[in-house]
Amino acid sequence: MRHDVPDAERRGRESSAKHIDDHLGAPVEITVTVNGTAHTHDVEPRTLLVQYIREHVGLTGTNIGCDTSSCGACSLHMNGEAVKSCTVLAVQADGADIRTIEGMADADGTLHPMQQAFMENHGLQCGYCTPGMVMAATSLLDENPNPTEDEVRIGLEGNLCRCTGYHNIVKSVLAAASANA
Amino acid sequence: MTITEDPTTDTDTGVIGSRLLRKEDPVLLTGEAVFTNDMLVPGALHMAVLRSPYARAKILAIDTTAAAAMAGVRAVYTGADLADLWAAPMPCAWPVTEDMLNPPHHPIAIDTANYVGDGVAVVLADSDAIAHDAIEAIDVTYDPLEAVTDLEDALSDRALVHPELGTNSSYTWNLLVEENDGAVQQAFDDAAYTVSERYVQQRLIPMAMEPRAVVAVPQPFGGDLTLYTSTQIPHILKVMIAVTLGVAEHQLRVVAPAVGGGFGAKLDVYAEELLCVALARKHGGPVRWNETRSENSVASIQGRGQIQHVELAADSGGKLTAVRVRLTADMGAYLQLLTPGIPILGAFLYAGVYDLPKAYDFSCTGVFTTLTPTDAYRGAGRPEATYAIERSMDALAREVGVDPLELRRRNFIQPEQFPYEACTGLVYDSGDHDKAATIAADLIDYDDVRGRQTTQNVEGSTKRLGLGVSTYFEMCGLAPSRVLASLNYSAGGWEAATVRILPTAKVQVVTGTSPHGQGHETAWSMIVADKLGIDPADVDVLHSDTAIAPLGMDTYGSRSLPVGGVAVGMACDKVIEKAKQIAAHQMEANVDDLEFVDGEFRVAGTPARSTPLAAIAFAAFTAHDLPDGLEPNLEAQVTYDPPNFSWPFGTHMCLVEVDTETGDVEVLQYVAVDDCGNRVNPMIVEGQVHGGVIQGLAQALYEGADYDTDGNLRTSTLADYLVPAASDVPSITVGHSVTPSPTNSLGVKGVGEAGTIGSVPAVMNAIVDALSGLGIRDVAMPASPNTVWTAIASAPSTINPGGTE
Repeated sequence: MRHDVPDAERRGRESSAKHIDDHLGAPVEITVTVNGTAHTHDVEPRTLLVQYIREHVGLTGTNIGCDTSSCGACSLHMNGEAVKSCTVLAVQADGADIRTIEGMADADGTLHPMQQAFMENHGLQCGYCTPGMVMAATSLLDENPNPTEDEVRIGLEGNLCRCTGYHNIVKSVLAAASANA
Repeated sequence: MTITEDPTTDTDTGVIGSRLLRKEDPVLLTGEAVFTNDMLVPGALHMAVLRSPYARAKILAIDTTAAAAMAGVRAVYTGADLADLWAAPMPCAWPVTEDMLNPPHHPIAIDTANYVGDGVAVVLADSDAIAHDAIEAIDVTYDPLEAVTDLEDALSDRALVHPELGTNSSYTWNLLVEENDGAVQQAFDDAAYTVSERYVQQRLIPMAMEPRAVVAVPQPFGGDLTLYTSTQIPHILKVMIAVTLGVAEHQLRVVAPAVGGGFGAKLDVYAEELLCVALARKHGGPVRWNETRSENSVASIQGRGQIQHVELAADSGGKLTAVRVRLTADMGAYLQLLTPGIPILGAFLYAGVYDLPKAYDFSCTGVFTTLTPTDAYRGAGRPEATYAIERSMDALAREVGVDPLELRRRNFIQPEQFPYEACTGLVYDSGDHDKAATIAADLIDYDDVRGRQTTQNVEGSTKRLGLGVSTYFEMCGLAPSRVLASLNYSAGGWEAATVRILPTAKVQVVTGTSPHGQGHETAWSMIVADKLGIDPADVDVLHSDTAIAPLGMDTYGSRSLPVGGVAVGMACDKVIEKAKQIAAHQMEANVDDLEFVDGEFRVAGTPARSTPLAAIAFAAFTAHDLPDGLEPNLEAQVTYDPPNFSWPFGTHMCLVEVDTETGDVEVLQYVAVDDCGNRVNPMIVEGQVHGGVIQGLAQALYEGADYDTDGNLRTSTLADYLVPAASDVPSITVGHSVTPSPTNSLGVKGVGEAGTIGSVPAVMNAIVDALSGLGIRDVAMPASPNTVWTAIASAPSTINPGGTE
């Protein structure tokens, strides 16, 4: 029963402020290349890569959808592979080459073929999962340029979408694959 | 599996009906879109909320000393500290009965916490991280009280959620329609067949991918305040904040920036919105708050949560003669904005698409529990109603001994009966159920599947095929204001639109709808393009900011197109009428002789004499030569109150294979045939259907807010709460028919919720169909492998689910 818990919880909380101070640690300097530009910042060791990208580098296209590394909204490319940037500490990305959704389209405004495929196949509605979905899908095609529908579905299982029912996302990725072929 | 294209396409008569790609997409695809949490607000204090770990507890003491002493913490407040800030309790806009009980609900609990997640203290700090660190340092002494988590237990009043009310029942709402006194009972007495069913609608967590976020920016010396919030309802929220906080409404501006999905969960007035506004005013600076996913599960509303008792009476041919419904609906701990009205929205749909005589008896009791409040979730009362009637129709088909589709056909309201006055008094605008059902049956190859079932579902088979059918009517396009008045709803159901033709003939549309994924910018542009004979790229749609679009009733209830989109079309007509007067003046022609074709005014019968709209727009701007008495500029505003709901309908069919050894359900094929009248953009319509179907399928197979008996939510993260991934769901075969609505000028009906309404019963009927040979008549939702396996293991039939007999 929960009723036994409060005393223990209270005892725990008396020292919690000090506990946090003790464990934060001193800021650490990191240098990360994001979309081709090197950034150097001091970060708290506990800073997540997604927080670093959003709050320090100032690129907010990478979204946060959960706190258990379940939804994939924060997917980006780290050294060429899709990662959930909430499962990586910023300090672990020191020296890494990061590509975010902001780095996908060409400077002249031409969308990346995966972005274009999502647009043409109505692979997005509210658009919140979309940056992560595009990054994961691009990485999927890097590994498997000509996937079956099942392989696309399994390959994207770490990225959740609530709007599309995935039908048109899968269609988009298959279309991007055929456009590449 | 294959991705199946829509087998039919709309006739291309113009922009409307075409698959125009969405204007919304480039900013969303590139990270350029600004969601509330993306906003850079210098000097903002970050708020974090300490939430009760108990489902019900007296708050004996709160020690904020340690938290307040932390570096970067600017303030710590308890409910008692802030009690004076609330001019009124949190609003419930739908007192469904005169005697409905509605306990006072404040943004922060003052002396009792009533659900896990109820806020008990807040911190303002220099960063989000510091604010969250600080709430960990607040020491609350609770006296835990008994939780009330079971709906039927709550109804018994054994333990009270709000002792001061003396009962857990908030209200009982009745709708009894009888040709003559006792007609319902008489029908049951005389019935050749009756069924009596009990279904449980498990609580669902809406889980829009964007958790909520709020930024309140005051202008202390200017007196104004702007609230940026991830909401579906900036307009309603503005009124409610004014009422709840006693803030002058004209000094409030509410903006919904890019919003990452809502599904009803952002159709509410939330504690954190009120707190940010109140604290921003108190501190004279911006205050912001970001909801974590775990918070979202308990601090945003949940959906469904009903126990349904449904009884059908039928004659010897299986024709319905009476329907009786008894609902117990879980309100949760408090009444949020529309909580009590949600099950009532379903009250009109328990006879489904069937021709029922005046013998309908509906009653719903709303009950308090010590759980997160419920409110609208995609479909809001209507999926529940459709589930109950469609599951019951399958039960009746088994009683009568006819095929479920045949039983439905015997009961369909026939096309010639429309407009059809239902026994509830509402008028169904148009429909052709047999047509939709026939298209669906063809797409899934109905007779062939029935044949395969005979071969496959033999004794000892461990892979059983099930075919589920559901048909539905959706009551949407909320709503005629007078009907809302009769339901005691506290607002109207109109929508506003302004169409403004700029001097260079580009067009601004101002809409009161507030899209968050539905593609209004594209669809409204298409309506305007067709009306004005211009390129949709020349139209900009402004929305979701009360300073730019001051009038509106926002987006929910599949209302945006049949109310808001129709208003846009009407505003175009009004603008054309004004332009025509200027054109007639300048062309020295009679207004009545002018026609507006392909973007220009022509003298009827003399097409050579024409003036383009662009020329009139510039003339209206310069105002050098206008007819006497006519105001300059080309702009028209319309507020449209719909004369009726719109009634989309359809038939969904689902083919499943159930593994009796593991309880696993595989969806082999899903067919959705939806008729939403004229389709403005079939691509967007199909996208709405896809998403809705999977959300309904998720209720059937995967999702459920799972509480323990102490009221702790065991599924508060996306690791525990099974929002399906791409690998968990099938592709969808989409078909459609077009039966225009006669009640609006575009002939359109809503479509946002249709998929969710049709799919839950289709999937569950398929599972029960697969297992009916084993004597199984019901499987609880979500039909997880364990639940299905357990149902098989305890089935009356002698099968051994382990397959080792």
